[in-house]
Amino acid sequence: MLLRTAWRRAAAAVRAAPGPRSEAPARGLRLRVVDNAPQSAVPSDTATAPEVESVLRPLYMDVQATTPLDPRVLDAMLPYLVNYYGNPHSRTHAYGWESEAAMERARQQVASLIGADPREIIFTSGATESNNIAVKELEAAIQPDTSLVSVMTVNNEIGVKQPIAEIGQICSSRRVYFHTDAAQAVGKIPLDVNDMKIDLMSISGHKIYGPKGVGAIYIRRRPRVRVEALQSGGGQERGMRSGTVPTPLVVGLGAACEVAQQEMEYDHKWISKLAERLTKKIMNSLPDVVMNGDPEHHYPGCINLSFAYVEGESLLMALKDVALSSGSACTSASLEPSYVLRAIGTDEDLAHSSIRFGIGRFTTEEEVDYTVEKCIHHVKRLREMSPLWEMVQDGIDLKSIKWTQH
Amino acid sequence: MAASSRAQVLDLYRAMLRESKHFSAYNYRTYAVRRIRDAFRENKNVKDPVEIQTLVNKAKRDLEIIRRQVVSLKSMPAVGMVGRTHIPSSGTALRNLYLPGSSSQVHIGQLYSTDKLIIENQEKPRT
Repeated sequence: MLLRTAWRRAAAAVRAAPGPRSEAPARGLRLRVVDNAPQSAVPSDTATAPEVESVLRPLYMDVQATTPLDPRVLDAMLPYLVNYYGNPHSRTHAYGWESEAAMERARQQVASLIGADPREIIFTSGATESNNIAVKELEAAIQPDTSLVSVMTVNNEIGVKQPIAEIGQICSSRRVYFHTDAAQAVGKIPLDVNDMKIDLMSISGHKIYGPKGVGAIYIRRRPRVRVEALQSGGGQERGMRSGTVPTPLVVGLGAACEVAQQEMEYDHKWISKLAERLTKKIMNSLPDVVMNGDPEHHYPGCINLSFAYVEGESLLMALKDVALSSGSACTSASLEPSYVLRAIGTDEDLAHSSIRFGIGRFTTEEEVDYTVEKCIHHVKRLREMSPLWEMVQDGIDLKSIKWTQH
Repeated sequence: MAASSRAQVLDLYRAMLRESKHFSAYNYRTYAVRRIRDAFRENKNVKDPVEIQTLVNKAKRDLEIIRRQVVSLKSMPAVGMVGRTHIPSSGTALRNLYLPGSSSQVHIGQLYSTDKLIIENQEKPRT
């Protein structure tokens, strides 16, 4: 099989030319080490080309972890990386002025996506920093009746959409601050901070086809929401977040927001179509597959499926040709099953066998079909090997078994 | 500028599709082709000439973006993906990738041209 010879050749190349990341885990990264191998190879026309062709990268189906840059975003950023490199806080020359103009334009683009005023947007290094600023606000304004409600708009593990407008309504009537982490929702579902009565919102660049390392926090001005700065220094960003604003990154974030605003409806249609295709095909071909999360209030691009009697990690390793995940990247270091699945009452064994499929703007039908085909094949194969599956086929009820200890 | 005729719109459509096929990254290439087709199809019944001109102008800007990005990204290694048959695009760029001393024909900065520095104008000899 062509793939096997390619892998063997790749493995040989790894042994021959140890790359800088030779100690990294094998899956996926091994391909990247081999990508660098042609550097050492003799650059003759016929030899090099087939070498590069035989190294194949996995398909990308993990958009909840991060998204590729949209070419329109990169196009907007490049001038500020190469030519217009001024510090936006320099007030005395054209380099500073043009950089500041770009920063303010980006601020307007972000604000217009969520229905806010540009003065209410503060640029940060990402949604995590924004979340920290928002929660620290609770400690800043300590009064008997002050509290903060913080809810994720769209969950990154199971794709559930929270009833933000309703929560906002309740919070504003009780005079409680309402923060939402909208990293997975911005640009994907329509959001309006005034309709939904949101006081604080975290935005992440790299979840909406923008650059990594940048985000924003929306802080309501009317009525004023006071936050305490996490980072103190030169007083930039209205004193709420000191530090030079990275113009190329915020330009990228602004461009990503503008593109998202234009493409929201089209993307939603495409992603829904592919999501339907994926779930229908898998559920029609395999028994005992559970979709985690409320099917009605659900963002289609994040599909979390539990395959009974199959261990999630082994399925992920079997699907090495597809970049997938079994839960959020935040918790990937631990062996615990996802806290989200546990919270929605999923059985322990089903929680361990969950896989998250991410479908985004750039995902194609072919990629979905390939993923579905491989998934069905490997689930069947793993179930064949599973003694639990055998017992179930024989009609034994697993819940009635008393497991003894040795 | 005269209002865009049907022929001009079709030319633009073909040019955009042609240019998009030069993206070496599979996901960008497929998205661009699909989006262009769907966008032109969606707007095919627009009658208002002002609206048509706005759409044409936007398409022209997008065509420029595609052209710049295709060139910028040509210097990135174009690796194939699992399940894809290797589509030979930017073949020479692929081979020139790791040759010592080779660089992409145009520096990225030139695509985003900027005005000259003040002293560069003064260097010109007076006639």
